[in-house]
Amino acid sequence: MNQPDTPPPDRNGHWIFRRRTIDGAFWGLVLICALLALVELVYHRHTVFAFEGFPVAYGIYGFVCFAGIVFAGKGLRKVIMRDEDYYDR
Amino acid sequence: MIANLSPGLILIVGALLVPFLPGRLRYVYMLALPVLGGLQLAGLEHGAYGQTEIFGYTLTLLRVDALSVVFGTIFLIAAFLNVIYGMHERAPMQEVAALVYAGSAISAVFAGDMITLFVFWEMTAISSVFLIWASRTEAAYRAGMRYLIIQVGSGVILLAGVILYANATGSIAFDYLGVNGLATVLILIAFGIKSAFPLLHNWLQDAYPEATVTGTVVLSAFTTKLAIYALARAFPGTEALIYIGAIMTAFPVFFAVIENDLRRVLAFSLNNQLGFMVAGIGVGTPLALNGAISHAFVHIIYKSLLFMSMGAVLHRTGTIKASELGGLVRSMPLTTVFCIIGAASISAFPLFSGFIAKSLTLSATAEGGYVIAWLVLVFASAGVLEHSGIKIPYFAFFAHDSGIRCKEAPPNMLIAMGIAAFLCIAIGVYPAPLYAMLPYVVEYEPYTTTHVLTQLQLLFFAMLAFALLVRTGLYPAELPSVNLNTDWIYRKALPVLIRRIALLIERLRTGTLDRLQRRLERFISQVYRHHGPEGLMARTWTTGGTVLWVALLLGGYLIFFYL
Repeated sequence: MNQPDTPPPDRNGHWIFRRRTIDGAFWGLVLICALLALVELVYHRHTVFAFEGFPVAYGIYGFVCFAGIVFAGKGLRKVIMRDEDYYDR
Repeated sequence: MIANLSPGLILIVGALLVPFLPGRLRYVYMLALPVLGGLQLAGLEHGAYGQTEIFGYTLTLLRVDALSVVFGTIFLIAAFLNVIYGMHERAPMQEVAALVYAGSAISAVFAGDMITLFVFWEMTAISSVFLIWASRTEAAYRAGMRYLIIQVGSGVILLAGVILYANATGSIAFDYLGVNGLATVLILIAFGIKSAFPLLHNWLQDAYPEATVTGTVVLSAFTTKLAIYALARAFPGTEALIYIGAIMTAFPVFFAVIENDLRRVLAFSLNNQLGFMVAGIGVGTPLALNGAISHAFVHIIYKSLLFMSMGAVLHRTGTIKASELGGLVRSMPLTTVFCIIGAASISAFPLFSGFIAKSLTLSATAEGGYVIAWLVLVFASAGVLEHSGIKIPYFAFFAHDSGIRCKEAPPNMLIAMGIAAFLCIAIGVYPAPLYAMLPYVVEYEPYTTTHVLTQLQLLFFAMLAFALLVRTGLYPAELPSVNLNTDWIYRKALPVLIRRIALLIERLRTGTLDRLQRRLERFISQVYRHHGPEGLMARTWTTGGTVLWVALLLGGYLIFFYL
């Protein structure tokens, strides 16, 4: 079974699975997000709806939706998850 | 170019020869069929061909216009890629079924009337079920049966609608219908079943993951997009479709998060993508329709690519359960790269094909002022990223190392995936040729700074959410499980209900019979008591006693007589 958290540090294994690679990817992602947010200081986005004008509106919406979907999925499991042989019984 | 010949018929008739051809020649021949279909299509001018009169109705075997050409073209491309992808195995039944299925879908797209449409509609159902049965497992057999019942059912509803429509209007031409009365509602429901409307959707997630490795790739391309074509033809601008489509984009994402079978995750994702197209058709402006149609076009390629990559994993490792996979990037680096390209395309990253199609639908929905639908579609875009953009590649190729070491996918699979991946990027970088094919003339520029910036913000912040959830251990683990869906009604609830009713009837029957038998026995024993050997009525009477009774009776009779 997969662990939900990050894979254990694998110093001698494939470079993709090393702790340094994983941490690097994470902080790289944080940096990209920061840059995408900061772009708004110099560039004014075109909007159709007023609420689109809120600073980093798309970033916030994406973050909240994603987290919401995952937590909703966890809740959904409590209701609809069954054993693998449920329909064979 | 042969006059009046539908490109689809080349595939259908050509497929019949496939089982008789040996080895390599067979593959060359199978590859030639979609190419010949393409040449035939290229040689056709716009117009209606092959018209015949039957019982006063005009059948149009071949109607060529911009809408049918777009769908015909992408179906031919898909058929070609599918042949390459399936080359590593010798499976004559599957090969014939795949070609007949593709040919039927293409012929249905070129049908100019609803009777021809109905015939090919049903042919797609019947030919495609063999791709599921080709798995040759009990589960596949049962899923195939359920699939067939629902698909043929959709055709029957279509036919009912067509008959009512023909009766009312005297026409069977397949053009704009709109919702006005029972006939068109029935036709819409038939299309809705095949395009997996909410609550009519579950045949898709039920059946597709049970098909063979190649079969699922083939299935993913045709049936649902044929229905999208039919909706775009007959019901553009039907406002209800905006909300139906929005719901379709949103609800599968929750199921996809917790699904363990990665091909089933892609089936949910397919449902979500169809929602964008349905919503676009509902908005119905030229921009929105172009969005829906171009989305169908690019979707077939990247969805095939994703199913191909997961098929390659299943082919090499024997499992497609996320709980058993992980770390395959070490064994299958090329498949990993192709899968990521498919994932980036479906997530609509700029420079990938999904971006240049989905932007049209989103822009059109916003411009139409459908705020709620638009918010749902953007929400669902984050959802696509979750299950198709991240979950699929992450749990198959990265996450933790499952310890599985296998060979890279067979060369033919890599070639098919390579071509699909190339098309995903090529269309994403240079969308002009695709835009030129679309039925409506609309000036649209997907690569504006605002578009690119907002889309990148949405996607990267959502990825940040994923990274944080994984690092904090809040992301749910993949668990071996079955998740209930609407098929629970006919796979569990109805059978249990029927069993209960049968039990009740059986109990009533035996109860009633028991009671009747007990009464009968009591009656018999009563009769026996009075008339049996020891019974009162069976005793021998003395002569004197008998004479006395007779005298009494006669006396009584006399008294009555004189009264």
